[in-house]
Formats: sequence, C-alpha cells, structure tokens
Amino acid sequence: MSDNKKRELQVAALENGTAIDHIPPEQLFKVAYLLQLEKLVDKTITIGNNFYSKKMGRKGVIKIANKFFGKDEISRIALVAPNVILNEIRDFEVVKKYPVTLPDELVALVKCNNPKCITNNEPMATRFTVLDKEKGTIKCRYCERKINKEDIIIK
Amino acid sequence: MKGKSLVSIDQCSKGDILRILENAGKFEENPNRTLLEGKVAATLFFEPSTRTRLSFETAVNRLGGRVIGFQDASTTSSSKGETLKDTILMVSNYADLIIMRHYLEGAARYASEVTDVPVINAGDGANQHPSQTLLDLYSIQKTQGQLTDLTITIVGDLKYGRTVHSLIVGMSHFNPTFHFIAPEELRMPDEQKNLCDKLGINYTEHTVFTEDIINQSDILYMTRVQRERFTDLEEYERVKNIYILKNDMLKGSRDNLRILHPLPRVNEIAYDVDDNPKAYFIQQAHNGLFTRQAIICEVLGITELI
Repeated sequence: MSDNKKRELQVAALENGTAIDHIPPEQLFKVAYLLQLEKLVDKTITIGNNFYSKKMGRKGVIKIANKFFGKDEISRIALVAPNVILNEIRDFEVVKKYPVTLPDELVALVKCNNPKCITNNEPMATRFTVLDKEKGTIKCRYCERKINKEDIIIK
Repeated sequence: MKGKSLVSIDQCSKGDILRILENAGKFEENPNRTLLEGKVAATLFFEPSTRTRLSFETAVNRLGGRVIGFQDASTTSSSKGETLKDTILMVSNYADLIIMRHYLEGAARYASEVTDVPVINAGDGANQHPSQTLLDLYSIQKTQGQLTDLTITIVGDLKYGRTVHSLIVGMSHFNPTFHFIAPEELRMPDEQKNLCDKLGINYTEHTVFTEDIINQSDILYMTRVQRERFTDLEEYERVKNIYILKNDMLKGSRDNLRILHPLPRVNEIAYDVDDNPKAYFIQQAHNGLFTRQAIICEVLGITELI
C-alpha cells in the first residue's frame, strides 16, 4: 500500500476545517485541553494518536471540521508542542500550512512558579513575556522571574 | 522615563538616570524647596523598612508635601484579606503619589497598572528597589566625578542580592568593568552575566577576595552574605569570614577608591574600616534623601526645581 493510501485510511479527510498535525503523542491531550475543544460542541472533532510519522516516529493529530483558529487562540499550544503544524483546509485542499509559534505575550495561561510573586497572591491575570520563541523561555511581567520551558506550569 | 511610575531601574534610559542625578545634586545644595506644596504622598509599607521609609518621608517633608500612610500592614485591612488592588484604589482617592514597599515581588508593577496615581517602588520582595540603585549611582558619580569607565568590584551575595543586579543594569550605560567576588553557591546568575556579554561589558568572576583586586578598583561595593541563603551550613562557616573587608586590606588601594554598602551591614565590613576616609556607606545613605527628592519630582513631572 502506498503512503498516501495508508494516510487516507488512518484519518477521514476534512472538507473544511483545521488539521493539527505532528503533535508529540504525550502532549496530545494537553493540546486538546489548551484549545478548549470541549467547548466546541457543534463541531465534529477527530482525535488520533500514535500515528506513524516519518519525522517523529509517532505523532498525534487533531482534526476539527468547520473551525478556523485565530492566531492568539492557537499560539498557546506552542507552549507544550512547539513544532506542531497547522493545516487550514478548504474544499478538501490544504490552503494554508504553517508551524505554530509562541506569541509575544502569554496572558492568563501560565502560573508563575515563584510563590512570592504577586500573581500567586492576588486575584489577577498572569502576564509573561516570551523571551525566546525557539527555546520557550518566558519572563513574568511582575516578579521578573525567568522560567524555562520545562518548568512552565499551565494554569 | 517610560511611564510615570518608577517600578524598576530597567525603565530608566541613560538620559533619565543622568537627569535624576543632576537634580539630586541640586537638592543636595538646597534640600528645602516647596515643590510639593498642597500635595499628599502616601507611604504604604506592607513590610516594615524604617530606613527607606524615613528617607522617603523626609524627602516629601523637605519638599513641602504632606505624608499619609502606614508602616506595618498588620494594622491595615490587607490583614483582613483586602486585595492589593482595593487598597491601592482606596489610597488613590486621597494621595497624589504612592510610595510603596511590599513583601511580594511584582506588587509595585501591579499597583502602577491599577491606578493613575504615580507609584514609586520602595522595594518589592527580592525583586526591585530602584531608588537604592539611583542613590548608589549618585554616590558613585559624586565620589568619582563621573560614571563612565570605572572599575567596580562587587563582593558577597551576588546570587540573591537585588541591589547588585540593579546596580549592574544601572551602570550598564556607562562602560564599567566589573569584578564579581562571591562564594561558589552565591555566584552571579547567568541572567546578569548574559546582559554584560550582550552589552560588551567586561567582567571577571572570583571566589577569593584579594588585595590585588581591591587595588584595581574605583568602587568596592560590599554586600552581606546571609546564613539563610546557604543550603550547606558547613559551606557557610567556611566562607563567612572570607568576604570581610578589613582596614589593612586597603593600604595599596587607589586614592579615589570608595567603599559602598546598601546597609544594613553585619560583619562584612570590619569596624576599623569606618575611620578610613575611603569608607562611604554612611554618606551613601544620606545621598538617598537627595536622590529620592529627585525621583519624587521626576514621577510627578516637576521639572522646574525652584
């Protein structure tokens, strides 16, 4: 069986919508959580995991019919899955394909891991400046603590 | 200055720093000016700090303003669970200026976001204390006649010392050369070293405090090595006496060398240094008054210093 055929059998094709591809399998459900998929009650959603991937061995895929994300909406997933590819599909064709990158600022998404930070002691939104989009290092706007990607706690 | 509040030294450009220091010099010539007549400043000290509070309150008084506030949060409604936001908004109804000290990091930045009244950060936990940095810079400029091209040796707790980190940021505009002297556990963090690298600032790290380094320095900035910072108490016992400055270590030092310390000192400067004319830490604290007068005028947009 050709590669193309295999892929077809693995996941049903989308007519219109978004396919999020190359999700690290262990981050799949975190990505689903960050996208608040549970709120998209009127959209058909296909979630698949551990598909074969030439690039990364195994991968997760999420397909959402008739849904297109705004940049801010989607960029948050770069926190847990930096190399994810977004495919926008219209009329069965991929019209746009791009890697998801972190935004310049993360608002109300990450918890500061400094217990003495004002954000952990006051009912307020956290704000982090993204220092390095590649490495995923961020800095709290308030206590100015730098946090490396592996230490990021998502709210 | 970026924004009308002073929260962090990072927001001051080279021009801002030089202007504030120049004005501080004018206040040193004549500290009593009625620039704040009819104005009320609130000093909100959620954490006690007598030295800083008295310095700020004296600054307001000498400018002819009036002071309201508290010096201990246990007597305020924040002890009843009131949010910082509500406290700040309440005080904003009464005051033209808020000077605040808080034990939580980022408190001053948040306060400056919720109110239109200018906020001066008088210390937020281990984070920022910009008036300390500006008074350090004023002291350096005053004793050296300039801020540029100086060799500054910083000794002690370089890992947690917020005054040290801010001093590096403040001096970074003036082509300094730094010597960082600290025990292994309290070395300068990468963040500050990366900043120096990025700006092409020369620095050398040492674990031994030697006369040789003192003799190359224009400024010796001493800080306290605190016992509670050590995970290994044996290490503390081993290093605690290595970073003590004694008078006989200064015999080969430059004539223009001055010794600074953010105070309070415990034992890191021996008392026999006090009588050496190169000891400057008490005058340094006095300079805080003039610097704070200049900062208050800066955030209130008072440019004509009559």
